[in-house]
Amino acid sequence: MLVIKDLYAKVEGKDILKGINLTVNAGEVHAIMGPNGSGKSTLANVLAGHTNFEVTHGTATFNGKDIFEMSADVRAKEGLFLSFQYPVEIPGVSMVNFLKTAVNEHRKYRNQKELSAGDFLKLMREKKEMVQIDSQLTNRSVNEGFSGGEKKKNEIFQMAMLEPTLAILDETDSGLDIDALRIVSNGVNMLKNKNNATILVTHYQRLLDYIVPDFVHVLYEGRIVKSAGKELAIELEEKGYDWIKKEVEG
Amino acid sequence: MEDQNKLLKEVTKRDYRFGFVSDIETDTIVKGLNEDVIRIISAKKEEPEFMLEFRLKAYRRWLTMKMPEWAQLKIPVIDYQDIIFYAAPTQQAKYESLNEVDPELLRTFEKLGIPLEEQKMLSGVAVDAVIDSVSVKTTFKETLAERGIIFCSFSDAVKHHPDLIQKYLGMAVPYNDNYFAALNSAVFSDGSFVYIPKGTRCPMELSTYFRINAKNTGQFERTLIIADDDSYVSYLEGCTAPMRDENQLHAAIVEIIALDRAEVKYSTVQNWYPGDKNGKGGIFNFVTKRGICKGESSKILWNQVETGSAITWKYPSCILMGDNSIAEFNSVALTNNFQQADTGTKMIHIGKNTKSTIVSKGISAGHSSNSYRGLVRVAPKAINARNYSQCDSLLLGDTCGAHTFPYIEVGNSSSIIEHEATTSKIGEDQIFYCNQRGISSEDAIGMIVNGYAREVINKLPMEFAVEAQKLLSISLEGSVG
Repeated sequence: MLVIKDLYAKVEGKDILKGINLTVNAGEVHAIMGPNGSGKSTLANVLAGHTNFEVTHGTATFNGKDIFEMSADVRAKEGLFLSFQYPVEIPGVSMVNFLKTAVNEHRKYRNQKELSAGDFLKLMREKKEMVQIDSQLTNRSVNEGFSGGEKKKNEIFQMAMLEPTLAILDETDSGLDIDALRIVSNGVNMLKNKNNATILVTHYQRLLDYIVPDFVHVLYEGRIVKSAGKELAIELEEKGYDWIKKEVEG
Repeated sequence: MEDQNKLLKEVTKRDYRFGFVSDIETDTIVKGLNEDVIRIISAKKEEPEFMLEFRLKAYRRWLTMKMPEWAQLKIPVIDYQDIIFYAAPTQQAKYESLNEVDPELLRTFEKLGIPLEEQKMLSGVAVDAVIDSVSVKTTFKETLAERGIIFCSFSDAVKHHPDLIQKYLGMAVPYNDNYFAALNSAVFSDGSFVYIPKGTRCPMELSTYFRINAKNTGQFERTLIIADDDSYVSYLEGCTAPMRDENQLHAAIVEIIALDRAEVKYSTVQNWYPGDKNGKGGIFNFVTKRGICKGESSKILWNQVETGSAITWKYPSCILMGDNSIAEFNSVALTNNFQQADTGTKMIHIGKNTKSTIVSKGISAGHSSNSYRGLVRVAPKAINARNYSQCDSLLLGDTCGAHTFPYIEVGNSSSIIEHEATTSKIGEDQIFYCNQRGISSEDAIGMIVNGYAREVINKLPMEFAVEAQKLLSISLEGSVG
């Protein structure tokens, strides 16, 4: 589904990614872990198409198509979803209006008929129940005045509405209390199936107790320096990242 | 940032949609301005003597006045001798039915989306259309007349209701008020007149569409709205013009008089031709709009969405004379490319317990300049007056400018004045967030701008609100990169 080869990228003139290789297949859950500043969020943003990041070398294909040939909105419509670490507020734009536009843009892209207002609201109700989001949130402006936890839940709700084939969750667990973490994880698990894939970008092992990864990768100084199964996450939790740093530098 | 600016540039470069010229025969007089021209205009309109006197008095005053220079605008020299001050579609006379109207004119209205045909009138909007200088058709006149409501062209009102005109003309905007008001008072051609009798709620929105069509003409309309005791009316005004290389002058006056407990809501969607991407052409819009809350507990609301004109100089104002009277000014002004706008309001509190609210939302893109200028004045006798002002500016890109000039003068200690101002930029992160949900940058900017302006757009009547939303998005197309 996603194949990244020898990817280099920089932001504001500074090299951040220095040769990433990663393959994600349908049905898989990958966790990308690493110390602060290792390039985890950069990788997520480069894949989603943020224009602040400049790709200097390497390739990435998504379902066989060159991802860097597509603008950010096209990547989204191809089925790539980013759950933001810090979702922005858009004052005056209602969640309903925002999501209706987003869903219908996806449908137009797939040559499907746009949803009527009634059908859309029905879909929204279903998905709200599925991810247990407070229905009042959807009556407000996009993320405006939402608490940290509400913003993250809202991201998962949008993911449920858009049904991506590849979801990248950027530090979705940060700032969540244990109840919110459970709701968010349940949502993600519920949306998982054999045709889609998930990349969890996280600093802590905590999230992985709820969403169990098939693979764990450690990102350090812009490269994946270690990959293994879920047991790697537990090892990192016990020992910290220092032993990895030593291993790499040694 | 650079990418975003490029994007902003691209999105704000959509062409003007109403740039067609209609091939209608017009009756124009020679270029230039002098007392003879004024006499010709007055004679063509078969006006009574008092109107000619009013015009000449204004003209003589205008000759002694100077173009105002205090605005944050760069205004080129205007050659008043190169302007035609009167242009009317010929065979105008009076239309008894639509069959008599120049078919080309009807096509023009269709392009503008004006429901001029009677069957479309079921939508419940009464329309007075002003092309160039003359009011062409007033629909629904009879229905309204049954309730004693007068809605007709200004010229008709001068002929048929001279007493009302004589009593109220110049009450809110005196002939010597300012340079452009004096000019308008001297040469005004036509416009709309509304009178709502005591205790009457106007059953439909009244609407005027203004369009400048003929070449080298100025348009000087004059609108007068009188709401008698305990009456209500909602009035809509829309404007378009063809694309022309040269600048065209538009200097209008709107006067509103609200008597005891009367309420007038005046909504404008102004979409005059703004000039091209390089700042060539476009309408110079110098407008004086003022309402008097003359009676106690009367109410005047100005709602405006301004997206057009090369230069906009406009301050819809209220004089709150009656005790407990209320005034509101809600405005969205969008400038793009090389447009300049200096717009705002004046709230003059004279009566006791008077309340005014100002919500101004400026949106600047391209190389444009957008200024808010507002005066809140509370007279010593206006005890317990209240004003709340909120002025927000939104910038797209880094080549445009936004300015706020609030003036506050309070003459007593029992009044409360609040002023809030913000300036923000459309965030790259907001656009990226929308992109990531499958929404293109262009649509994202339209959506963000409409969200920002929502507070004001919600005050517009439904049909106008939809039009205004589209207009905001369209006006920014090509500006976002």
